Amino acid sequence: MRHGKYPLIVTFLVPPLLLYGIFVISPYLQAFQISTTDWLGYSAEADPVGLANFERLLDDGRVWNALKNNAWLLAVVPVLTIGLGLFFATMLAMGGRKGRAGVTGVRGTSVYRMVYFFPQVLSVVIIALLWREVYHPNSGLLNGALGAVGLPTPTWLGDPRTAFWCVLAVMVWSNVGFYVVLFGAAMSAIPRDIYEAVMLDGASRWTTLRKVTIPLLWDTVQVAWIYLAIAALDGFILIQQMTNGGPNFSSDVIGLRMYETAFGSENRFGYASAIGVVLFFLTLSVAVLALRAARRDRIEYS
Amino acid sequence: MNRRDILRRSAAAGLLATPAAGLLTGCATGGGGDQGDGGTYQGTKTEQNPLGVKEDAPLEVVIFNGGFGEEYAKAHEAMYTEKYPKATIKHSATQEINKTLQPRFVDGTPPDVVNNSGAGQIDFNGLVSQNAIADLGELLNAPSLDIPGKTVKDTLLPGAVEVGSYDGRFLVLNYTYTAYGIWHSTKLFSDRGWQYAKTWDEHIALCKQIKAAGIAPWTYAGKHPRYMSWPLISTAIKFGGPSVATAIDNLEPNAWKSDAMKAAADAWHQIVKDKYILEGSPGLDHVQSQTEWCQGKAAFISCGSWLESEQKKVTPAGFNMTIQPTPSLGGGDKLPFEAMRGTAGEPFMVPAKGKNIAGGLEYFRIMLSRKGAQDFTRKVSSLTVVAGSTEGVELPFGLSTVVKALDASGGDGFNWVYNNYYRKLERELVDAACGEFFSGRIGPAEFLDRCQQGADSIAQDSSIKKYKRAV
Repeated sequence: MRHGKYPLIVTFLVPPLLLYGIFVISPYLQAFQISTTDWLGYSAEADPVGLANFERLLDDGRVWNALKNNAWLLAVVPVLTIGLGLFFATMLAMGGRKGRAGVTGVRGTSVYRMVYFFPQVLSVVIIALLWREVYHPNSGLLNGALGAVGLPTPTWLGDPRTAFWCVLAVMVWSNVGFYVVLFGAAMSAIPRDIYEAVMLDGASRWTTLRKVTIPLLWDTVQVAWIYLAIAALDGFILIQQMTNGGPNFSSDVIGLRMYETAFGSENRFGYASAIGVVLFFLTLSVAVLALRAARRDRIEYS
Repeated sequence: MNRRDILRRSAAAGLLATPAAGLLTGCATGGGGDQGDGGTYQGTKTEQNPLGVKEDAPLEVVIFNGGFGEEYAKAHEAMYTEKYPKATIKHSATQEINKTLQPRFVDGTPPDVVNNSGAGQIDFNGLVSQNAIADLGELLNAPSLDIPGKTVKDTLLPGAVEVGSYDGRFLVLNYTYTAYGIWHSTKLFSDRGWQYAKTWDEHIALCKQIKAAGIAPWTYAGKHPRYMSWPLISTAIKFGGPSVATAIDNLEPNAWKSDAMKAAADAWHQIVKDKYILEGSPGLDHVQSQTEWCQGKAAFISCGSWLESEQKKVTPAGFNMTIQPTPSLGGGDKLPFEAMRGTAGEPFMVPAKGKNIAGGLEYFRIMLSRKGAQDFTRKVSSLTVVAGSTEGVELPFGLSTVVKALDASGGDGFNWVYNNYYRKLERELVDAACGEFFSGRIGPAEFLDRCQQGADSIAQDSSIKKYKRAV
């Protein structure tokens, strides 16, 4: 098998790379080229306009407003999701109150695991639809509950002060389950005897989590961080389906700007590509920064 | 972390970042070559064939598969094949007109007939400025298929040609006829002994009465607040005359701040101020708000004549929805109470680079025949732009009130087209301003300011082609 290795590798690698090159890399490169034209999308003619689209971007208040919201998502969604994910995963792995030595989860762990994972099996569009009804100001679940105990009932998605945060909450809600499972899987790989030793030393749960579990999970947390940071720069489907950027652009995000510019209220494919190029560089920078910021020495179990 | 991990992870990150930007360029200009210059099919013009259709030329029709479905189009196609048995028709239907057809427009190989509608509608401003649509002028002057002694143009309702014209060229056939007005349930009103009010003061008094009875007078779609711009602009046009609309359509300076618009915005502000709008309406989408209305939680809603078929599944029996014009502001109105906005809608076009343009025009002539129009009305319960095509067709209750209201409106009917010329102005800018205004966050003066700013931003944008409305 030794000398036949390379032909085999090449045979299996070339077709997917070719496909990837044609369908992913080349449209990317074309996006850069299109972003320097005034192409309107429905004819083969497009005049080069140099960097005019990017100049226009700089004074486009709507784009800045959308970016501001993405910045909020970037600041809040990963922290909340990872925090909640770690909390739930810990409770499921070692939150049990059984007095004897040993590490167990809370009662009904398997049920919780399934329930938390549930949003993952639904498509995002369905999630948006469900929550639109939950947030329904008059007959929604949320206001029904608030009204029943005599609390005020805001128009969640109809108020510029709350609409964006409502969608953000749904974003966190729909993501947490996946990270609970991810962290749970990583936790089950941590050798039991470490925990037993920690327990013998009389450490509290909090200390165990902070000093033992999280450092040992750090690799996984880091990956989660990058994934969520990229998801925070997107958020397009939820926003489009739940608020369409409204009321009065208060929940607009950059992905929606791009979509509206190309397919929604205008057909400026050149300008939309410029937004796409900016988004590309943003995502790249965020991914690199997240990798850098989360760097730590790796711990190997021997 | 070692080097291999970094590589592996950045690759993963790159993969994740791909879909968003790739979305735009999945259909990018592949070399930008124009393959559509193979000429078009042309037959000889005769009395029977005034448009010169080549009898055996294939015809391709793409239909938007929305509220009307696609069956009506198959019937029109059958009429075409009956006339030209040698022609084969390729029919397809999609919900995503723009994404489906964009590559073919770029290639220069578009279909012959496109029903450019729905959420994935291609922006007409862009199509016109790229010369992508064929001129339909010849169709207007052709004799009608089954109404003797009349040209196609003579058989159309007023305004049908105007709506589809850009700089005086008739490019888009808007096939349905839509009335825009204020809807209420006849049953609710007769049960309570209420009368629809003809003047604004009476309307406010009626709202007071309705509210006292424990029902919200109004509701609207907070997610698409532009629905409320329709009655507001209508009120202004009835007060100040059709020139109010022309000024808005032509992006004239301060068109949105005219006296008529001020009077209308002040009047409509009353229902916001006095809390005559169903609590929570700003948080509803159009289906949710229409459903609240059908459930009797609100008395009035603003919508076009598609409301009845859209609400078919949730409308209680005997609800009997009725459309009415907006109330007059007072005795000084330039147009009578009966005047309402009626406009042709549901656009069809023949792409300029289609292979069988004559066939496309002929297909429209079949759609606009009495037989074709009646069949459409029967199948989808919607009016067409062909005058008198509802005769002998059994109409549902709501649609019959639309026919009556349009008859009463007659020559006083009005329309505006800025939403066709500059899609973004209505869908984004006026929409956002309406949202703030009808939720009570801004007053009438600031509302008109914002609409005006939106119009000005379009007017000052040299990259958007401008159109002038003739009338």
